[in-house]
Amino acid sequence: MDYQTVTLLSQYTALALFIGLFVAVLIYALRPSNRKYFDHAAKIPLEDDPDEHISRKI
Amino acid sequence: MNHDVFEKNSINLLVGILIVVAIGGLVEIAPLYWLNSTIEKVKGMRPYTPLELAGRDIYIREGCYNCHSQMIRSLKDEVERYGHYSLAAESMYDHPFQWGSKRTGPDLARVGGKYSDSWHVEHMKNPRAVVPESIMPGYPFLSAKLDYSSIQGHLKTNRTVGVPYTDEMIASAEADLEIQVNPDADGLEAFAKRYPKAQVRKFDQSSSDITELDALVAYLQMLGTLVDFTKFDATGPNLR
Amino acid sequence: MANSLALAGAAICAALGLVLIVATEDKVMAFHATLLLLSALIAGWAVIRRRDDADLRDQTKYFDGPIKVATIAAVFWGIAGFLVGDVIAWQLAFPVLNFDLPWTNFGRLRPLHTSAVIFAFGGNVLLATSFYCVQRTSRARLAGVWSPWFVVWGFQLFVVLAATGYLLGVTQGKEYAEPEWYVDIWLTIVWVAYLLVFLGTLMKRREPHIYVANWFFLAFIVTVAMLHLVNNMTLPVSWTGTRSYIIYSGVQDAMTQWWYGHNAVGFFLTAGFLGIMYYFIPKRVERPVYSYRLSIVHFWSLIFLYIWAGPHHLHYTALPDWAQTLGATFSIMLWMPSWGGMINGLMTLSGAWDRLRTDPVVRLLVVSVAFYGMSTFEGPLMSVKAVNSLSHYTDWTIGHVHSGALGWVGMVSFGAIYCLVPWLWNRKGMYSLKLIEWHFWIATIGILLYITSMWVGGIVQGLMWRAYDALGFLQYSFAETVEALHIPYLIRATGGLLFVIGSFIMAYNVWRTVRGDALVDEEDQPSSAAAPGLDTGPQPVAAE
Repeated sequence: MDYQTVTLLSQYTALALFIGLFVAVLIYALRPSNRKYFDHAAKIPLEDDPDEHISRKI
Repeated sequence: MNHDVFEKNSINLLVGILIVVAIGGLVEIAPLYWLNSTIEKVKGMRPYTPLELAGRDIYIREGCYNCHSQMIRSLKDEVERYGHYSLAAESMYDHPFQWGSKRTGPDLARVGGKYSDSWHVEHMKNPRAVVPESIMPGYPFLSAKLDYSSIQGHLKTNRTVGVPYTDEMIASAEADLEIQVNPDADGLEAFAKRYPKAQVRKFDQSSSDITELDALVAYLQMLGTLVDFTKFDATGPNLR
Repeated sequence: MANSLALAGAAICAALGLVLIVATEDKVMAFHATLLLLSALIAGWAVIRRRDDADLRDQTKYFDGPIKVATIAAVFWGIAGFLVGDVIAWQLAFPVLNFDLPWTNFGRLRPLHTSAVIFAFGGNVLLATSFYCVQRTSRARLAGVWSPWFVVWGFQLFVVLAATGYLLGVTQGKEYAEPEWYVDIWLTIVWVAYLLVFLGTLMKRREPHIYVANWFFLAFIVTVAMLHLVNNMTLPVSWTGTRSYIIYSGVQDAMTQWWYGHNAVGFFLTAGFLGIMYYFIPKRVERPVYSYRLSIVHFWSLIFLYIWAGPHHLHYTALPDWAQTLGATFSIMLWMPSWGGMINGLMTLSGAWDRLRTDPVVRLLVVSVAFYGMSTFEGPLMSVKAVNSLSHYTDWTIGHVHSGALGWVGMVSFGAIYCLVPWLWNRKGMYSLKLIEWHFWIATIGILLYITSMWVGGIVQGLMWRAYDALGFLQYSFAETVEALHIPYLIRATGGLLFVIGSFIMAYNVWRTVRGDALVDEEDQPSSAAAPGLDTGPQPVAAE
């Protein structure tokens, strides 16, 4: 494999991998059905506090 | 995609993270090992002599790499200031590499032969005696006796990690170290054959035992002097 | 069971220490083996003394003892690391301060400074915040009985071994990875325990979702493990000696090192601290994060892109061009997720911007995010080859690093410590908000002096190196460029001194709070400053 081929191959592979991952993450993050899970998850730090909560029923 | 793939399963999340962070390193590091063009073919590179290796260890111990690079970039001003740009081949026996990342002091990749031994000795004792503007620390304590009792082990370990030391070099490591500071020693010829271009003299300008300064100056005086650039062909599969 | 395991571990360490003391001819190794032996004996004694302590196993309480230790350790190592940093800054202005002794020269102190601030200060902040966050957001006690204690104290032993090693001349000679092979092995053991405790806590969580801050903490822990293992593959010269040689050489070692080095920034100093941002900003301003969806996109793009950026440290070197180009491309792309994260952190305040004015802790957190945005803009800029040809090897790089390290990592850590201390010690707030205010301003002025002087100094240096005179010769000798930096070095050291003074103010404030002194400005404290339960309901029993 010559130098030029490696250069192109590495760059295109990297770009393709990133685009693939990015699209997958976007779909995951923007899917309407995931909204309520995210809304719930976002509030986790605000309702987690005192020791009693550890044994409280969720 | 199901909402709980990563949201609810810590092991999936862990594996996902590992895959995502592994890719970049694999694509960037692995080809450096199997692409032949990564390291140029040059004439003159040889493993460090035992004394130079001991000097290099002191260079590392004192953290010289924090202020001095050993990597001349392929830029006009750098080539004019320091000499031919550094080749990958020139550090192929360096475990670890010492390219550095900061030039509080000048680059040292080709410092070998630029200054006399006595300049180096003065400079190490008190840098401002020879360069008034210098902000380098003084290293008077390098006049201590060099401990080279384990030098053979150092050569052996280097061989295990890939430096082509021969059995002969390892067997005579301690003797070779002593020969390099003694131009009258027996075995000088054999030593010079094992390590072409090795410089032989008492580097620290004193008649004392072999000192740390001997080793360090021997290392510095060798830096950048090995590759024969008259025979270097830069037209090959050029990397830069 | 837990007791026997802990005692067995301590016994093995003690035995190993004893064997090494007897077997080694290396003085530093003997000293470090003695430290291992003593630590193991103390650990064994502590386990025996508390063998039946029910508090250690009370699953209805959070496990906060190790977090308290890590918090105090962070304050302590922070001061030590900043102080050494300022000493070496003055050394560059006045070289006589090196005293020409082995253990006080710049070459040995500089790794001490970088390791102390990154690993000792940053590491302890991350231990404390990640253990705090993972318990609260999982609604579960930390996994393990003795292992969280082992993680925290084992990490302190790592710091002491590494730091004393540098001073005595024991180093691998790889930047930010200076500790020698045996210290690396010790850190590996501690780190695996850390991963297991963190993962174990996630696995027994009672909250079905894994909160996004924990994603960042987890990515930080596993990636640092990977980086540490790969970059420290060394072969010791002798199993009873300190010195080793890395298995990689030259160009491959350089690539591996900067893959490690840049991701020590990316995962230790960024991903981990973003975990802090995603937990502590929402908690302190009492609002959920601006966009949870953005945080997910932020997370995956950041960890994917960061890992490629290393080669931008090696532009125009003997590293093949294809790798340099890849590194630069990904570094520029990294700008996007970084700013996505910054916007997410800042906009969490929308609707509560007044908190910036009234609460200095919020100001610390928010200004840290602003510095994060600034450094992550400057970074991609400096990775462009043309810019890098000027900036590389100069003090511009040092300025860039410190705008990230002091501005982002430092400020967000201070903010987190000011949140944590009252929460952990069950107080209504920090002893004095006024002192936090002072800390904020002194540190901010210090940072500004630092980075502006290094910008100016670095660019002057880079331009002087490449300047030609009318006859086509290089205009300046190297020594002249050193001379030109004297004033910038003075300003930088002064800025650093202000930052150190700020950290002393913090230590005093933390001490008064921990001691339980009455708050001087209780009426000004926001409700989120108080330990949970203190401001509303009846006082809960303090966690052990």
